[in-house]
Amino acid sequence: METLQKLKYERPVIKQLNAGITNKFGAQTGFIPHTHIDGLAVKDLTARFGSPLFVISERTIRQTYQEAYNAFANRYPNVQFAWSYKTNYMNAVCRVFHQEGSWAEVVSRFEYEKALGNGVPGDKILFNGPDKTADDHRVAVLNNSPIHIDHFDELYGLIEVSTKLGKRPKVAIRVNMDTGVLPMWDRFGFNYENGQAWDAITKIIQTDKMDLVGLHCHIGTFMLTTSAYAVAASKMADLALNIKRQFGLDIQYLDMGGGFASRNTLKGAYLSGTDITPSFHEYAEQICTTLIKAGFRSEELPLLILETGRALIDDAGYLLGTVLANKRLSDGRRATIMDFGVNLLFTSFWYEHAVSPAQDCSQYAEDAVLYGPLCMNIDVVRENVKLPPLNKGDQMVVHRVGAYNMTQWMQFIALRPNIVLIDQDGQPHLIRKHETVADLTQLESTPTHLESFDL
Amino acid sequence: MKLKKSVAISENGFVFNASRGDSFSTNPTGTQILNWLREGQTDTEMKALLLEKYEIDEATCEKDLYDFIKMLNQQNLIEA
Repeated sequence: METLQKLKYERPVIKQLNAGITNKFGAQTGFIPHTHIDGLAVKDLTARFGSPLFVISERTIRQTYQEAYNAFANRYPNVQFAWSYKTNYMNAVCRVFHQEGSWAEVVSRFEYEKALGNGVPGDKILFNGPDKTADDHRVAVLNNSPIHIDHFDELYGLIEVSTKLGKRPKVAIRVNMDTGVLPMWDRFGFNYENGQAWDAITKIIQTDKMDLVGLHCHIGTFMLTTSAYAVAASKMADLALNIKRQFGLDIQYLDMGGGFASRNTLKGAYLSGTDITPSFHEYAEQICTTLIKAGFRSEELPLLILETGRALIDDAGYLLGTVLANKRLSDGRRATIMDFGVNLLFTSFWYEHAVSPAQDCSQYAEDAVLYGPLCMNIDVVRENVKLPPLNKGDQMVVHRVGAYNMTQWMQFIALRPNIVLIDQDGQPHLIRKHETVADLTQLESTPTHLESFDL
Repeated sequence: MKLKKSVAISENGFVFNASRGDSFSTNPTGTQILNWLREGQTDTEMKALLLEKYEIDEATCEKDLYDFIKMLNQQNLIEA
């Protein structure tokens, strides 16, 4: 007897064709399912660790770091990276960078304690940021950590702390400057053009309570114009050379900060991030060439420190999630609701994140909005995206989420999920457990008069 | 409920509504449903046919069929 084989089902879709209407992205030619990460199946990872789930590829971190390091080290004799804790301060992630040779760059006492806890020697923790208390200064001075001074109030406060301790702290000043790129970041540090930076330098040297060991700048974030770094490097070198001329003091390091763009696509960008983001070589060429030509004697070239965060970690992070529901909006667009939203994907406020289905899918696509699970109107992951037909329970992969999401995520409405690191042998490791209600309520306390009620 | 007479369906999923000049693309499941509509099949009959022909559970089948027909209505492809 003949058995009738049933056909594989795909949700029926119909899409109006708008021939002739300009489309800056050209025709979508199909979707490539992203079924595996470093050899592990997405469906196995979510079955074992739940959904949503952050996944970090150790292999990608190391490859990206080595690519960045080599781009600079091949052009400049003395290069040091310092891992920007705020970008991703999961201990496992930080330790991968420390194993690769990165120092730590922190902007709060919390991050400072994390770096110490990870075993970073105090003198290899760069303490940045506008928020440092007298006690933070005390601890940093005792640990011999380079303190990057942000404002005059900090400078005077640090003089007081170091006098009390009878120790000479190692300090740098943060310098802000016009690099030809708007907006100009002048809220942090001392300005170069109006002479404030020079005044701070003079004050530090003449007070003779601290050792000025470095100069620091951080000219912006997601900088797509590499030439801005050449301008910054030239102004930093100018300060260092003037210090040498006027005070006979050698500046030991120039810290060029971070701000290198990742390959994500910014909202409103005309072209995809994968097409326009400069390579590490382009940034390195601008910075290193400028410093080498600046006028330092070759044996006096200062150590070049880089605090690159985003560009080193974004590609290594994935967010896996599951379709909760599909619905139709009033204008006929499809709305797909995922089990992750802006609570976990803070960067969806400024990126058009690339999303891929995690299973085989049709090449037919519909215009869709990708919503998160929060009962809040702001919870939109992608405002306009072409997606293949997805069913409830299907899985999706969001790409390049390694930077800022695991630090800026919100415990809002929902709890935060597991984070898994896949090691270089393809073994998954749980590096942060999902939160429970008890984790959060243990921090609360209820006044006795509110303990009971009748309803 | 019937497909408008002005609607032409090609085998590979190109749909053209001659009365308005609108064109559409649809996937094989969509093409199949449009052809059943042309033959005059009802919602209930189409649901039964889908369940018989495809690997699909009843709830998903019903939800998707409802959604697809709503879209056809919105695109003016079905007789009022």
